[in-house]
Amino acid sequence: MKICVLVKQVPDKNDEIKLDQNHKSVDKNNFNFVTNESDNYAVEEALLIKEKLGGEVTVCTYGSESSIQVVKDALSKGADRGIFIENDQNLDYDILNISKIFKSAFKDENFDLILSGLQSDDIGNGQLGVLIAEHLQMSHGSLVMETETSDNTKIKVKRELENGWFQWSELDLPASLTIQSGINKPRYASLRGIMMMKKKPIQTIKLSELETNAQSIDNLKAMYIPQKTKETVKVEGTPDEIAEKLHNILKNDLGLL
Amino acid sequence: MKILVFIQVDDNKINKMSLETLRCAQIISNEVSAVTFDESAANELTTYNLNEVIFAKNSSLSNYNPLYFANAFEKIIDSSFNAILFAHTYETRDWVPRLSARLDYPFISDCVDLKNDNGSLIATRQTYQGKLNNDFEIKSNVFCSIQSGSFKSDDLESGSCSLNTIDVAFDDVENTIRAEEKFKEQKGGVDLTAADLIVSVGRGIAKEENIPMAEELTALLNAEMGSSRPIVDYGWLPHDRQIGSSGQVVSPKLYFSLGVSGAIQHQVGMKGSDKIMAINKDENAPIFEISDYSVVGDLLEIVPKLIERIKEN
Repeated sequence: MKICVLVKQVPDKNDEIKLDQNHKSVDKNNFNFVTNESDNYAVEEALLIKEKLGGEVTVCTYGSESSIQVVKDALSKGADRGIFIENDQNLDYDILNISKIFKSAFKDENFDLILSGLQSDDIGNGQLGVLIAEHLQMSHGSLVMETETSDNTKIKVKRELENGWFQWSELDLPASLTIQSGINKPRYASLRGIMMMKKKPIQTIKLSELETNAQSIDNLKAMYIPQKTKETVKVEGTPDEIAEKLHNILKNDLGLL
Repeated sequence: MKILVFIQVDDNKINKMSLETLRCAQIISNEVSAVTFDESAANELTTYNLNEVIFAKNSSLSNYNPLYFANAFEKIIDSSFNAILFAHTYETRDWVPRLSARLDYPFISDCVDLKNDNGSLIATRQTYQGKLNNDFEIKSNVFCSIQSGSFKSDDLESGSCSLNTIDVAFDDVENTIRAEEKFKEQKGGVDLTAADLIVSVGRGIAKEENIPMAEELTALLNAEMGSSRPIVDYGWLPHDRQIGSSGQVVSPKLYFSLGVSGAIQHQVGMKGSDKIMAINKDENAPIFEISDYSVVGDLLEIVPKLIERIKEN
């Protein structure tokens, strides 16, 4: 089974978001970068499938120079090789154009399975896995909670629907799956894994050298911090004082005690 | 400005978010058409103030399949529509990106606003877990999906319009995606939708050992326990406690959140609550955008003191 996992480097969820002067980009200087949460689950699922059926796990990311770290982290956990598509253009692309970049980079790879986290924690389009499925003429399953594999022609996936509903689907391979967090327990890299990572191949593809007709974003008007629409009572003080004030609100304002 | 809205039908009923999206279209344009794959929905839609209702007819469309849906849609739309709108449902997330790649129309997903600014169409979507808004001017043919609760379906203007039935033929779909019947897990699980009071825990609870503290507060308040997704993913609480787009959608009198950051997916499940009280360490947490009472602080220090107070009285 030839498996590819798409991973993305994103800021930590607790990082503060500051805008650049032009209000059209985000100041990335103080970010603590991590692997996107649901992508960690996708990496784990790929490794589990490989351990069952054999084959190879390729890990791939697209991004600026620092992004190569998320490829290294997945290699340390057990992926076999890396592809780093470096955005050396200093331009931003929307998700449709990013999907064309992957399409172009993958045209000779013939992956049986492409796994990705269902949504990135920064931009959050939640589309890439399905866009790539269409570009590469693959079947797809989104919001996957469980996989069942038996051979190299089909895969069964349990998908999450809304309001507590689930559904099993049988997909012909090749297939692209977007993985929901919680599907497994992602492993940590071992010391041995980190040592072995250093010998694993990472192919760097520069965006400027890739044949793609991708167009950068030209319609962003503004970025801004959302306005609050609600009046909020701020409860402040020491923990003791806060507890007393909350007790008062619960009892007197809301009549709940 | 010509707008087309796709209307999703679940279990023979029009999806409420689709009606919210239809209302969004009515606000921005007076040339709105709706399209659906369901006949009775199509008839129902003719009672709204629209240009036209399109019923794309084929028995293969009565059950959701992304390949058939994309194929049918491709056949019935044309480039005259400035924007084609969808409700941001899980179904939309599953098939519209395919259509976007196929037709080379960008798909601006999960918009919280869409407005007509003197003839130019501006879409607003949130990034960084709801901490930032991005406005895009729509210049080409696009797909947009609208986040739940961004528009009110009660405000839909009624009227009457014509029904255009189009027979769709499928001789060219290779069905590589075969879905089984949908099902629910944990029969008899907790129904949080009926709860008057919910105490909800998120990542800020830090450790599984701290869950009993939240449970004690829940019991003292005579409330039900809810949670955000990570807590269920960690296995600290069962899935039937999860609130948000993939869990339950609740609207209690009080929603008391402990260490929940309030990502979009969580807010969708609780922003209809009468009152929201939130404790979180991070003053920039999105939950504070929608809170009535906000506490920036450490829940692990505050909650035990609050429990003491309630017990004393």
